[in-house]
Amino acid sequence: MLNSLRDLAPIILVIAFFQIFVLQQPPDNVFSLLTGTFFVVLGLTFFVYGLEMGLFPIGESMARAFAHKGSIFWLLTFAFALGFGTTVAEPALIAISDEASEVAAEAGQIAATVEAMESYATGLRYTVALSVGIAIVVGVLRILLNWSIHYMIMIGYIIVIIVTSFAPAEIIGIAYDSGGVTTSTITVPLVTALGIGLASSISGRNPMIDGFGLIAFASLMPIIFVLVYGILI
Amino acid sequence: MELISEVQYLFLETMLDVLPIAAIIFGFQFFVIRKPVPNLKKVLIGLFYVLIGITLFLLGLEQALFPIGRLMAEQLTDPAFMHSAKSVADEFHWQDYFWVYLFAFAIGMSTTIAEPALIAVAIKAEEVSGGAIGVWGLRIAVALGVAIGIALGTYRIVSGTPLHYYIMAGYVVVIIQTFFAPKLIVPLAYDSGGVTTSTVTVPLVAALGLGLAETVPGRSPLIDGFGLIAFASLFPMISVMAYAQLSEYRVKREKKRRQKEDESNSD
Repeated sequence: MLNSLRDLAPIILVIAFFQIFVLQQPPDNVFSLLTGTFFVVLGLTFFVYGLEMGLFPIGESMARAFAHKGSIFWLLTFAFALGFGTTVAEPALIAISDEASEVAAEAGQIAATVEAMESYATGLRYTVALSVGIAIVVGVLRILLNWSIHYMIMIGYIIVIIVTSFAPAEIIGIAYDSGGVTTSTITVPLVTALGIGLASSISGRNPMIDGFGLIAFASLMPIIFVLVYGILI
Repeated sequence: MELISEVQYLFLETMLDVLPIAAIIFGFQFFVIRKPVPNLKKVLIGLFYVLIGITLFLLGLEQALFPIGRLMAEQLTDPAFMHSAKSVADEFHWQDYFWVYLFAFAIGMSTTIAEPALIAVAIKAEEVSGGAIGVWGLRIAVALGVAIGIALGTYRIVSGTPLHYYIMAGYVVVIIQTFFAPKLIVPLAYDSGGVTTSTVTVPLVAALGLGLAETVPGRSPLIDGFGLIAFASLFPMISVMAYAQLSEYRVKREKKRRQKEDESNSD
């Protein structure tokens, strides 16, 4: 509880400073501000508590179970399902793909009708979810086969740069943003636990070097896929 | 009464988010792994706490931080506010948006520190590194990266320069740093780009971007409003690697100093 309060203090200070010294207006609703802050602190406390009790242990125990079972097929299927399943329903992604369809309609890329925009937004959403699924699969393969993350990320960047030069200007901002919005509050701890669990149950892997990196792939892959989606449509 | 229905709504919403994840986890657990979950009861209670935590967290944000954050983003980008800061009311230059950059920096920094996903990764990193990477060290490094990123991102919207030049330059810096940074930090640094932008940062930053793109003459909110999140995902990689490089450099310097002292003592 005290920790959570400390986490939140900077936000409160920033807002108070700008309200009092720059905008010079008192906030209109002090009461809801205080109760809201209280809820945020309480929520963070519960979240961190539940993280250590539920999300981390289940992620790691599943990674270990897959490693002992020795079935790469099922491990990769699980990795894909986790990436795809957690992304496709992500509210931030739904919001951004709706906005993207407006951009595309305004730019005249698709017809400005409700159906065309909806199908564009749905297509974009599934594209991103697919790319996150593939990204987690590639990331898990990297841990299994001991590929170097440095080169993989660099190759990813080079692909992004090449594809950017062919993509329509309107899609670029959305594509770059889509990498950031895919990883939600529940996915991140789970995927991190999966990577670390795998790296620590395969001999010869260092959890620090091999366990992290899954989220990096999940942020890079959507950029490439969305740019390609923008080129194709 | 309103509060209770709000809680119910948010709880259901969070449940819907968690449902596919829970289905995947337990589906694979029962049909593929076919072993009981160790400490099932504890895990379920833990998941329930996560659910409650996120619900309360979102409720608090909706009540307190989001309205005021959005309002402030609007007010700071409002031409009326900027006129009061400047007596000549004809044209704005990029320097006139000084308060916007400062606000972007401050809000990027402070929201990232409270970001739950980053807390999760920082806890794991401290555990795995055996304490070499502290929870607070990582969180502050990432928060600084997001702050610089978003401040630069607002400058880009104001100046209207193309997004991909910035991103490509950022990539080049990341690649060069990768060769010089300590090997252990690199994967974590790459990850920290993705974790920064979720529950807290995205809504506030998006509001700032859209507000700015609406008020700066010649910018379209639909095209120029995007891109801030990309900045917020790129710069933490740079700042986390820089943090590791800096602490490695300090350790080395300390070693050298000790060696010298030892030598002079033995003389």
